[in-house]
Amino acid sequence: MEFTKPTIEYATLWPLLVVFGVAVVGVLFEAFLPRERRFVAQSVLAVLGLLVALGGTAYVWTQLDEIRVDGQGVVARGELAAGQTLAVDGPTIFLWGLVLLFSIAGVLLFAERRLEGGVSTFAGQAAALPGSEAEREASTRGLHHTEVYPLLMFAVGGMMLFPTANDLLTMFVALEVLSLPLYLMCGLARRRRLLSQEAALKYFLLGAFSSGFFLYGAALVFGYAGSMQFADISEAVRNGTGNNALLLIGMGLLAVGLLFKVGAVPFQAWTPDVYQGAPTAVTAFMAACTKIAAFGALLRLFYVAFGAERWDWQPMLWVIAILTMLAGAILAAVQTDVKRMLAYSSVAHTGFLLVGVLGVRSAGAVGTDEITALQSVLFYLATYAPATVGTFAIVTLVRDAGGEATAFSKWAGLGQRSPLVAGAFGFLLLSMAGIPLTGGFVGKWSVFTVAMAAGAWPVVLVAIVASIISVFFYVRVILLMFFSDDDTSEVTDAETGWGAGTVTATLERVETAAVTKPSLLTSGTIAVCVLLVVLLGLVPGPILDLAGDAGQFIR
Amino acid sequence: MAEGGHSVPLVDPTSADGVFSLMWLVIALPAAGAAVLLIGGALAPRAFASFGHLLGTLMPIGSFALSLAMFLQLQGRDEADRQVVQHLWTFIRVGELDAGFDLLYDPLTALFLLLITGVGSLIHVYSIGYMEHDPRRVRFFGYLNLFVAAMLVLIMSENYIGLFLGWEGVGLASYLLIGFWQHKHSAAAAAKKAFVINRVGDMGLSTAIMLAFVTFGSVSFTTISAGAGEAGEKTMTAMGLLLLLGACGKSAQVPLQAWLLDAMEGPTPVSALIHAATMVTAGVYLVVRSNFVFDYAPNAQTVVVIVATVTLLWGAVIGCAKDDIKKALAGSTMSQIGYMMLGAGLGPAGYAFAIFHLLTHGFFKANMFLGAGSVMHGMDDDVDMRHYGALRKAMPITFITFAMGYLAIIGFPGFSGFWSKDKIIETALAENWIVGVCALLGAGVTGFYMTRLMIMTFFGEKRWEKDVHPHESPSVMTFPLIVLAALSVVSGVLLLGGWIEHWLEPVTGVPDHHEPPIPALAVTGLAVLVVAAGVALAVALVARRPVPREAPTEVSFATRAARADIYGDAFNDQVIVEPGRALTTGLVRMDRSVVDGTFRAGVVLVGGIGALTRRAQNGYVRSYALSVLGGVLLVVLALLAVNLA
Repeated sequence: MEFTKPTIEYATLWPLLVVFGVAVVGVLFEAFLPRERRFVAQSVLAVLGLLVALGGTAYVWTQLDEIRVDGQGVVARGELAAGQTLAVDGPTIFLWGLVLLFSIAGVLLFAERRLEGGVSTFAGQAAALPGSEAEREASTRGLHHTEVYPLLMFAVGGMMLFPTANDLLTMFVALEVLSLPLYLMCGLARRRRLLSQEAALKYFLLGAFSSGFFLYGAALVFGYAGSMQFADISEAVRNGTGNNALLLIGMGLLAVGLLFKVGAVPFQAWTPDVYQGAPTAVTAFMAACTKIAAFGALLRLFYVAFGAERWDWQPMLWVIAILTMLAGAILAAVQTDVKRMLAYSSVAHTGFLLVGVLGVRSAGAVGTDEITALQSVLFYLATYAPATVGTFAIVTLVRDAGGEATAFSKWAGLGQRSPLVAGAFGFLLLSMAGIPLTGGFVGKWSVFTVAMAAGAWPVVLVAIVASIISVFFYVRVILLMFFSDDDTSEVTDAETGWGAGTVTATLERVETAAVTKPSLLTSGTIAVCVLLVVLLGLVPGPILDLAGDAGQFIR
Repeated sequence: MAEGGHSVPLVDPTSADGVFSLMWLVIALPAAGAAVLLIGGALAPRAFASFGHLLGTLMPIGSFALSLAMFLQLQGRDEADRQVVQHLWTFIRVGELDAGFDLLYDPLTALFLLLITGVGSLIHVYSIGYMEHDPRRVRFFGYLNLFVAAMLVLIMSENYIGLFLGWEGVGLASYLLIGFWQHKHSAAAAAKKAFVINRVGDMGLSTAIMLAFVTFGSVSFTTISAGAGEAGEKTMTAMGLLLLLGACGKSAQVPLQAWLLDAMEGPTPVSALIHAATMVTAGVYLVVRSNFVFDYAPNAQTVVVIVATVTLLWGAVIGCAKDDIKKALAGSTMSQIGYMMLGAGLGPAGYAFAIFHLLTHGFFKANMFLGAGSVMHGMDDDVDMRHYGALRKAMPITFITFAMGYLAIIGFPGFSGFWSKDKIIETALAENWIVGVCALLGAGVTGFYMTRLMIMTFFGEKRWEKDVHPHESPSVMTFPLIVLAALSVVSGVLLLGGWIEHWLEPVTGVPDHHEPPIPALAVTGLAVLVVAAGVALAVALVARRPVPREAPTEVSFATRAARADIYGDAFNDQVIVEPGRALTTGLVRMDRSVVDGTFRAGVVLVGGIGALTRRAQNGYVRSYALSVLGGVLLVVLALLAVNLA
């Protein structure tokens, strides 16, 4: 096989290259800068790199080629790059923008040092065994890891590459590039290190397991289509040549790899453990950005490569979406820990996003003033990300003597002690629940609409039931924060209507947590997230239009 | 009117230039005043206590000056160009609905502007004295400014949406001001009552707006007046009746009259401004402004006339039996608005006179309310007329000015009320003699109750409470009284040479001329005689006998009924409140058993499933991997089953 040197379209790919470049420079910083300077240098470098990439993304958006179809105007924009392995098109750029924006939020949360009294939330010396002399020494010397910044940058690079990948191999590489740093970062918590390391190991093992399925699926599909390129696969699928079983099994295994990443049921088992064990700043970053990237990849794989045979995979997604929404909502309802509750809620949101994904119709069937499935999913991601980052950022603030206090019992009466923080948390929860005048409402409305239009009314019906269940557990936290006194938290269970024994950990009289005053890094992040959710709820038009302008995927 | 050969004038404005380009400022001034006083007063109470009331008073005065300038400018214009519109911004644009924040200035608006800002300014001045010792005076002025701004939005808007905004705004201001002394339970309850009853009317108005939008695709007066002729009489009748429902709520017309008497719980300047001179007349404005609807809906007009006639008698009867001076005046207000409504219901022949009576009533009723306030000020806030008597010597200025208002309202020849009420009675007689006779009868009753009020307050013997030493009010309060008294006397000049009819022609159209069954002069003479009979009866019954200090309990059925507001509240309680309460009790029960039951069951179900499934989350990575494997099988089998089956 002859190898031809691909041409690299630097003009469109440079934001991606900036991110990887900064990651490499970060590694060099780690090697050559003295320890005490690394924190400032690394964090500033990361933020600058991300800002430049974000600006570059906006610029590249304006430079994209427009692809017109007579009678429909601009249907897509963008070009294939790097020897057709990358597709830089409207949706890609939109997702880049989202990933970069919330990565910046991630870096800001990473750099927060006031909450732990002058050190970051990451372990002083990750290699030191928990409870060992070395760990104590690292702690007294006030060490902290700054490797997280280059790791984050590599992950961000992978996340940008993931939805851009235009063939199966590139997609697999991107999957690994984004996953490996995440596995590491999950294990770096300063407190509760065993839990954190356990989470990292679980994530790694299961992630590797599912990557194996993805790779096997890629092999099967290659066997069917004779190519890794999405366009070629699409062509093969359209012509219907080859062994259909090969295609279907391959498609299923590829789906498994991606559904694992987005945390769809029954591949969600890692989510609560990892979200809970990982440092909360990492959870915030991971929950928002991984989901954005993975849904981008999922959309491209199914819409571009398998778009011609959507009747094949839509029923499968119906089943997965229904299971995911119901299981996410029901399990979230029985949690007694804020982080685990949010983890299951993120599972439920995966289900709602899948409702949007399966709402795809052929281009001709969608009216000019209707929103497309792609547009609705992109918009939902834009509403979900700020709510998620904001809630996890607030979780980092609520602390007691042992660090972050995530048990419900400790949140009782928080609204009376810190009305502002509790109010922001409550508002973000309402957005996640999809209450009108929040971004979440418009997001839910848009994905339900496209699924309805595509005839998936049973799924929408289940989605509405799941939404009702989810309102219950979000509002329960609000009730807990605002309508229960510190010392009567047992009453909350009775008031919210739980039958005996369903909540295993009946809330006991425990010391309650308080809000620690953060630096501007965290408070600013929270404020911006709340503002975004408000704006998306009140004036969703511009972002909906932007997602619409992104047009279709190119092939 | 379609059948009469008379044409309904269109709203067809030109754009604003010259002094009209400042139209927005008329509203902006009091609105800014309200914002500054309410926000600043809360932030810096001390600073605002020293000058807040002056700032609050300057705002409507500024608006008045602008209104006067615009009025003069409009007079100089050609008759065909006397409608000016100013587009400020797009207010609502959703789908086909496109409502701009547009202001309309035409002869009708011009008169209203002068009334509201003029009388409003005087009442602001009066309030400086009246509210002097109230610790929340700044807030009071903030609310007054808010009211003026909202009222101006109501009358200046070029479409029903803007009108509705103002309509709700004055409702809010009215609510806040009736309940201004919220520490009194009765005041809080009265505010709530006014609010709730007004909601019923607002339902009518908002439904009318929706109907307009459905029918015409627009809420703008311009569009609706252009299309009203083609919309069909049924639609127009429905819209007219809905508008009337709105008007009934705001203007305290039967059957939505019950709130006005309770509204007297508010400070007296509020009663004068809101519940006599301006806000309660908004219903009349609505009907006259919507003349393009009513002119095509003769049946709706008939209903307006019936409602008006019932109300004018209803209010007058209540006025006869009240011992509370403000409530007697409130009954009178209700009755007088009935006259205006009657004029408005009579169509193009009556519109101008309805507005004319509205203006003169605005002057003399505000005058009398402020006079009553002055009396209360001197009598330690006692409102019971049985505790008054012989105040003419103690409070000479209040007495003289009140007497001017009195002569005006009973229609003493030459005073303003004489001209305006006479015209309405005359027109009513020409249209329908039964209605005309009722209106004539009402004039007689007016003569009776006003004379009774006058005698009980200013004449006869002293029946004062111990330690009460009536004194004349300070000049800041008597000055507005004097101005308003003068206006009560002379504002009849507006009728000279048919000026007001001619002035309003661009809005209301040229009426067909109906010959009255008896000559106009005879009607006038008859009216004067009827009034004289009422006055004489009052003199005979009240002045010739001592007034008991306690209200006698052994009274006729009619008196008892009138004292109980002709059982308006009892009716509401029996027919609306009680069934409503039963309905809510039933709904609550159903909510508890059926709705909550469903949800409780749902909660138990969710909890049960959750408790079972969470066992799968056991923390062992091997079982997680197993579940992934299970998922793989599920996905692949689902794909194969669907496609290969």
